[in-house]
Amino acid sequence: MHLPEILPWGVPYGEGFGKQMLLILVAVALIAWFFVAASRRRELVPGKLQYLGEMSYNFVRNSVGKDIIGEHDYKPYVPLLFSLFFFILVNNLFGSIPLLQLPTPSHVGTAYALAGMVYITWIVLGIKKHGIGYFKLAVVPSGVPKAILPLVVVIEIISTFLVRPVTHSLRLFATMLAGHLIIMLAAAGSEFLLLHGEGLIKPLGVLTIAGGVGMYLFEILIQVLQAYVFTLLTAIYIQGSLAESH
Amino acid sequence: MEGNLNLVGYGLSAIGGAIGVGLVFAAYINGVARQPEAQRVLQPIAFLGLALTEALAILGLVFAFVL
Repeated sequence: MHLPEILPWGVPYGEGFGKQMLLILVAVALIAWFFVAASRRRELVPGKLQYLGEMSYNFVRNSVGKDIIGEHDYKPYVPLLFSLFFFILVNNLFGSIPLLQLPTPSHVGTAYALAGMVYITWIVLGIKKHGIGYFKLAVVPSGVPKAILPLVVVIEIISTFLVRPVTHSLRLFATMLAGHLIIMLAAAGSEFLLLHGEGLIKPLGVLTIAGGVGMYLFEILIQVLQAYVFTLLTAIYIQGSLAESH
Repeated sequence: MEGNLNLVGYGLSAIGGAIGVGLVFAAYINGVARQPEAQRVLQPIAFLGLALTEALAILGLVFAFVL
């Protein structure tokens, strides 16, 4: 099912430098190029390109950073949130660009790397802010009766330190993989129905093509939404480790 | 007929997540309809609820592949 690798040319999937890695580099180059171009000639009254750049920056800065982390200490984290959002957004949208047609996070390694980075970030931030007592702060909720505390602490440890990074990464991976699969399924299904179907089955291929196009457009929405959700959760985790109480 | 029953199981388990996501957004839309100026406050909460609910469906997908 997978394409062979690019470098060295034609070796089996997973043994070299492949399409997904190439797409990551393309994404980085695209984002850097766009924002350098948008901020090169800064004017008081912004032109179209500068306006687009400022608007997308402001979106992450205000509606993710400022609203979630809080007015006081959101500023140091804006670069992280901003780069995460646009990196994931462009990589996801590769799934809907004809010929490229491969969202990079549909390989689970991409998602693990991103979520792992965020995982380390919020743990380190919490320890920096509260010292080693951060772990107590993170797993012992205030106002819980002593009798059920052991149970709650175990659940909190599992949900905060084990399940959280897993779902954070797999959410991105699973939605991208599912979107990639469903479009491929629609295409393969239409091919089968139209070319190999018999009798009344054949016209049903038109329906699968229509459904495939619909899913293709729906997929664009999902891709943007997942980039937003990933960044939003990053902000929520950072806010959680900076907060004074559970 | 060939195939894996895991996939049917995953389809069934996704019903739970679907209902949960539906409830989250129903509450969100209700809240915004009653008090449109609260939209900025409610939106992150709604997406957090979406993310937490969806986690179950994602774990289901993983187990459908793994087991």
